[in-house]
Amino acid sequence: MKPLIKLRWAPYFFLAPFMLLFFVFGLFPLGFSLVLAFQSWDPVQGLSSMTFVGLKNFAFLLDDDWFWKSLYNTLWLAVVSGLPQHLVAIPLACFIHKRLGRWRNAVVGVYFMPYITSTVAMAILFSALFSTDYGVINTTLQFFFPIQAIDWLGDPDNIKPAIALMVFWRYVGFNTVLYLAALQAIPRETYEAATLDGASPRQQFFFITLPLLKPMMLFSVTLSVIGGLQLFEEPFVLTGGRGGSDQAGMTTAIYMFRTAFEFSDFGTASAISWSLFLVVALLTWGTHRLFRGKKEAS
Amino acid sequence: MNPRPSSGLQPMTRASAWALVAVGALIMLAPFYMMFVFASHPRAEIFQVPPPLLPGTDFMSNMAILLQRIPFWTNLGWSFYVAIAFTLCSLLFCSMGGYAFAIYEFPLKKPLFTVVMGTMLIPPFLGMIPNFMVMDFLGWIDRPIALYLPGAAGAFGIFMVRQYVLSSVPRELIEAARMDGCGEFRIYWSIVLPLLGPALGTLALISFISSWNNFISPLVVMRSLEMYTLPLALRSMQNPVNTEWGAIMAGSAIAALPLLVLFALTSRRLIDGLVSGAVRG
Repeated sequence: MKPLIKLRWAPYFFLAPFMLLFFVFGLFPLGFSLVLAFQSWDPVQGLSSMTFVGLKNFAFLLDDDWFWKSLYNTLWLAVVSGLPQHLVAIPLACFIHKRLGRWRNAVVGVYFMPYITSTVAMAILFSALFSTDYGVINTTLQFFFPIQAIDWLGDPDNIKPAIALMVFWRYVGFNTVLYLAALQAIPRETYEAATLDGASPRQQFFFITLPLLKPMMLFSVTLSVIGGLQLFEEPFVLTGGRGGSDQAGMTTAIYMFRTAFEFSDFGTASAISWSLFLVVALLTWGTHRLFRGKKEAS
Repeated sequence: MNPRPSSGLQPMTRASAWALVAVGALIMLAPFYMMFVFASHPRAEIFQVPPPLLPGTDFMSNMAILLQRIPFWTNLGWSFYVAIAFTLCSLLFCSMGGYAFAIYEFPLKKPLFTVVMGTMLIPPFLGMIPNFMVMDFLGWIDRPIALYLPGAAGAFGIFMVRQYVLSSVPRELIEAARMDGCGEFRIYWSIVLPLLGPALGTLALISFISSWNNFISPLVVMRSLEMYTLPLALRSMQNPVNTEWGAIMAGSAIAALPLLVLFALTSRRLIDGLVSGAVRG
């Protein structure tokens, strides 16, 4: 039987699905969104209504209160939901690595579970848990502390903390698992040698474990930064799709979505998405600088 | 248990560390438990002081309300349909791509591979608007193909298969098959593919879960309630004034259940797969 595909063409045949899908749904949209960012266009009017406006969309954003507010919300959420994840995940991973034998897989599984379940289903649940007068979270808090019921999702001051709580709950286990993987790669002899030299567990943690975890910290903090800045689903569901009262829970991704699909302004929405991309790129670069700086200092 | 460095920590400190980890685990689990509790209580009981903490008896009446509000079984069906179609396409396209990068030498190999890995760095929101326009142009608005085809040749899967082929498919086997006159596609389909079991298993799990949970793509392209996948349909029941919490929780519990079962059965493999993918990416 004659082979269907000649050896020379085989690799291209096998890569064809990727190349086709990447071109149509990856490269082309990317290029087109860059073009759109410099156009004024209401899609309802058809392609002919598209006009080149130069940097006007970006100039509009510089002056736009909602854009700056959304950027502030996004950064606030990235920091307040992100930082505690790592502050908890590192010691937790160390504890699981050192102390848990038989229970290890079960405990890791429990902490990881929020990461794999539907964000939307869980966010709907959280909006019930956050309910002011009858919510489980307020009832529990009031059981332990003498406080007033907190209006989590109605009061602009509390929306962001509520979102951050849920994001923390969802991702802390994922980060723990990343740190666990890094801990497993540290050779046991390192600790044995340190113990022989008389290093206390505390010294071992600060002078062996933490420095050796640094590459993983850089990696997982980068993931948190990239993911945090694109936060969409949790605030979208918790604020009913609009960003909450006073737009206090409106992230930049939500603002972009609303600009495009609620206000039908594809040009400005594309400008928002590229601005957000610049912020993501800048902060990712900043994170790398920060960690490299630390390494030189130590 | 592993041998470990002796600890100078006080027993008290160690006990409180244990307690903290246990309380943390409870906090992780509590929302899931509350979801199933709420799913079996009528709306009026969910918002009582104190809130119900034990499962109730009203699951069926919640389901009845749910079925009145949304075409729940249709939505559930689309969720399964899209997730299964996405998984099958991913397995096919990613195994083809990964195989090509692992086995063949060809002129554009290096730049193409860089492109594949580079797609992981593109934030998805950048292409959201033009993607919607492409779907509109193709007439795919409200059609499930818009949900399972575009992302099916993902870099993550291609890379995973490539690594696996490199590490565990002997090149001699392929050479021998070629000598015997076996065509390139047959080699891939009948010789290599059966050897990829473990890698494809992990990829299938990850693909199914990500499609099942996907919210943003259907939010952009699905317009009619009959075509919604579950997350979208449940979200549509959320209402500022009159949300049927018991019903919505019953739906959410059913939406979460397949994943919780899948996770319980495969958590080790799933976690390893996701983490190794994340670490490499």
